[in-house]
Amino acid sequence: MGSQGGFGQSKEFLDLVKSIGETRSKSEEDRIILREIETIKRRILEPDIPRRKMKEYIIRLVYVEMLGHDASFGYIHAVKMAHDENLLHKRTGYLAVTLFLNEDHDLIILIVNTIQKDLKSDNYLVVFSALNAVCRLINEETIPAVLPQVVELLGHQKEAVRKKAIMTLHRFYQKSPSTVSHLISNFRKKLSDNDSGVMGASLYPLFDLITIDVKSYKDLVASFIKLLKILGLLGNGDKHASGQMYNVVGDLIRKCDASSNIGNAVLYECICCVASIYPSTKLLEATAEVIAKFLKNDNHNLKYMGIDVLGRLIKLSPDVTEQHQLAVIDCLEDLDDTLKRKTFELLHKMTKSSNVEVIVDGMIDYMTSINDFHYKIEIASRCVELAEQFAPSNHWFILTMNRIFEHAGDIVDIKVAHNLMRLIAKGFGGDHESADSQLRSYAVESYLHIVTEPKLPSAFLQVICWVLGEFGTADGNYSASNISGKLRDVAEAYSSDETVKAYAITALTKIYAFEITSGRKMDILPECQSLFEELAASRSADLQQRAYEFRTVVHLEAHAVKSIMPFDVSCEDIEVDITLPFLNSYVQQSLQNGAQPYIPEEQRSGTIDISNISNQVSRESSMHALKFEAYELPKLPAPSRPPLPVSNISTELVPVPEQSYSIREANTYPSIPSVSTSGPPELKLRLEGIQKKWGRPSYSSSPPSSSGVSPSTASEISQVESAASLSSRPQDNYKDLKKAEVKIAPEKQKLAASLFGDSSKSNKTTGTRHNTSRSDTLSIDKSTGSRSSVAPCCRDENSSSTTS
Amino acid sequence: MGIRFILMVNKQGQTRLAQYYEYLTLEERRALEGEIVRKCLARTEQQCSFVEHRNYKIVYRRYASLFFLVGVDNEENELAILEFIHLLVETMDQHFGNVCELDIMFHLEKAHFMLEEMVMNGCIVETSKSNILMPIQLMDKTS
Repeated sequence: MGSQGGFGQSKEFLDLVKSIGETRSKSEEDRIILREIETIKRRILEPDIPRRKMKEYIIRLVYVEMLGHDASFGYIHAVKMAHDENLLHKRTGYLAVTLFLNEDHDLIILIVNTIQKDLKSDNYLVVFSALNAVCRLINEETIPAVLPQVVELLGHQKEAVRKKAIMTLHRFYQKSPSTVSHLISNFRKKLSDNDSGVMGASLYPLFDLITIDVKSYKDLVASFIKLLKILGLLGNGDKHASGQMYNVVGDLIRKCDASSNIGNAVLYECICCVASIYPSTKLLEATAEVIAKFLKNDNHNLKYMGIDVLGRLIKLSPDVTEQHQLAVIDCLEDLDDTLKRKTFELLHKMTKSSNVEVIVDGMIDYMTSINDFHYKIEIASRCVELAEQFAPSNHWFILTMNRIFEHAGDIVDIKVAHNLMRLIAKGFGGDHESADSQLRSYAVESYLHIVTEPKLPSAFLQVICWVLGEFGTADGNYSASNISGKLRDVAEAYSSDETVKAYAITALTKIYAFEITSGRKMDILPECQSLFEELAASRSADLQQRAYEFRTVVHLEAHAVKSIMPFDVSCEDIEVDITLPFLNSYVQQSLQNGAQPYIPEEQRSGTIDISNISNQVSRESSMHALKFEAYELPKLPAPSRPPLPVSNISTELVPVPEQSYSIREANTYPSIPSVSTSGPPELKLRLEGIQKKWGRPSYSSSPPSSSGVSPSTASEISQVESAASLSSRPQDNYKDLKKAEVKIAPEKQKLAASLFGDSSKSNKTTGTRHNTSRSDTLSIDKSTGSRSSVAPCCRDENSSSTTS
Repeated sequence: MGIRFILMVNKQGQTRLAQYYEYLTLEERRALEGEIVRKCLARTEQQCSFVEHRNYKIVYRRYASLFFLVGVDNEENELAILEFIHLLVETMDQHFGNVCELDIMFHLEKAHFMLEEMVMNGCIVETSKSNILMPIQLMDKTS
């Protein structure tokens, strides 16, 4: 019946759909779609398109996008359509918008307004569509705009609206938990809402919340699939809660109709729940029965579930799997990929030292046969894990690791390689020397065989080189020249891989070092020499360094070499005594010769504590993100001058900036005013001595030694200039201030005048910036506001003149 | 969380309906759809209805010439999702009457609306057919 188009659809649309439906090949489809795009592009730009037509165009655009072509020229029309009065059109518009856009798109802003309006609408269908859209499109910034309305809608008459509102809140929560945290109580209330739909919906956000914080939600018990999951979570490890659940779950298991899919689904969930809660024998028996039924069933789906469940139960009762061995093996042999993977997972969990060889071998075989990249990594790492944990013999372990590396070397995490190296060095659990050395010699032997094979993965090569270097000559079976020759071949063969080369050279270095330490004189093979020549000139600094290290080591005498490269200490930590005691005698000598003792930075006099300032800066800049409170009213100057805060700077010249910063820091001192000037405790602009910015430039003498140059001023300044010039040039400021404080000689005044005079014009903009920004802040009418105009100008211009 | 995407694909591999609950660019979507469809189409009747792909699972079901694929997180109950697919089909059936692929193609927006009612934010919120269809029928009546 639907083959005729519904009302309101043009012939074009029908044609389009039919032709898409009839295409046999992708290229044909592409052609049609591209033609369609052209058509729509042309049509959509026409003025005065009737709404119905527009809606149709939009649906066609949805098609276009669905088939994989870009239709971004139409997005804006979809947004406009969402404004439409007609419900169907509006909903289509919203649909299109949700399909086209995502939360980061620029057009979201346009939509937010519409959504807000619609959320308030009387027609609940409209509210539906708005809520749907909100769910899909909202992002952190726009949440506050719609949050209040959505919360209101939680109390709406229509339960469907309530349900959607909850989901929307859930989405908000996912996006940014902080904004919704106060609404958690709402969720709980909704749980007991009359309508079961609402109840169900509120489970979802609760589930999320519960996964984070299990304890506070322990009073929830009922029966749906989701709830069963929650039950599983809640009962995990907690005997008391589990006790309450036993009855419920037991009943469910009995009553569920195993013939229908949904019944099985519930059963499955029950079992999962049982698996995770505190165990009870009765329930376990019941589940065992169910599992048996699952596994024997021909339906593959059920087999899948059965195996999954077995995996979960394995920890609780290992004998369960014994009963189903045959079934499990069947699944393993099955051609079905998914089933195989699941079975492997089960086997992974079941591995003990008795069956590890078989299992890991099977896994490796499987791994070599699959092409799926992601899964390969997973299997490889699992194999490694199992091998490390359960390896029955060194021999087998090395073999297996080799196999793994050969097949999956490049995609396995490099940490695995390092672990392997460490294991070989340390041995298994450090018991016998002989076992360790056996392991090593076996490793060396096998690697020497392998290393001649072409195309080994890089990580593997690294391991090989390292092992050969460390232990190649240990057992004396292979001569150093043999091994070094092989290593050199490796370096040649993989000359594009720098890590491998680096490993190879270091290995060679070690071999020669050990030879030297043990007193055997070694002639360096000519090929190795040439390798080193080559690397000494290599573009990689790392390789160069290693080459030079080799050369140096080789020329040292045995004793030195021994201390640099002792045998088999790869696992010992290098201790570095940071007081560097071996230099003590040198230091003593120098002190006696009159050198000055070292003063740690904090005690140095006469310097600003720079670290303090940088802390200040970072704190300032962080404080400058979006202040929402009004600026503080300026504080009236206090009548008496409190004692200067004791800072860790000793000079008097520097109290000012220090004070200002420490004021901001501690906030305990009252704002220290400039008491030296007899300003009345009113707040008004003080204009004496201010440099006129728009008149003839002149340097006005700032009132002398107002060391109080208003630390408050400085604090205002720092507020205004935040991360700008001031903070980035604390040194300059300090110097400038010092200059201002000290009695200024007439020549200097003139110089200053010329400097200031010249630059004041050009820097008027900066000055005005300061002025306007000052006027913006409410703290303008600080009594010391005048000085602030001088100071920043001074500072800024001076620093700019020093830099320019 | 929950459901990542829902796709309806025909036997030739052409997408008939696509609803994503997490954002992917057009190229990503194309690549994903191509991969998954190839995997599912190659499977026989006897095999599992679940496929593991990257780090999530795909639950699929075939109805005549149309495949319904749902991509879910690893923690989801697969059988429940299978049921959900069936519910979706039944709902559309009730609305369109003996729904077929062409129905979905001609009334794409209605199919989307139905889906919207059922799944929100990747979670299944409504399973009652009458509840789902009610707003859609109302809309049909008013326009």
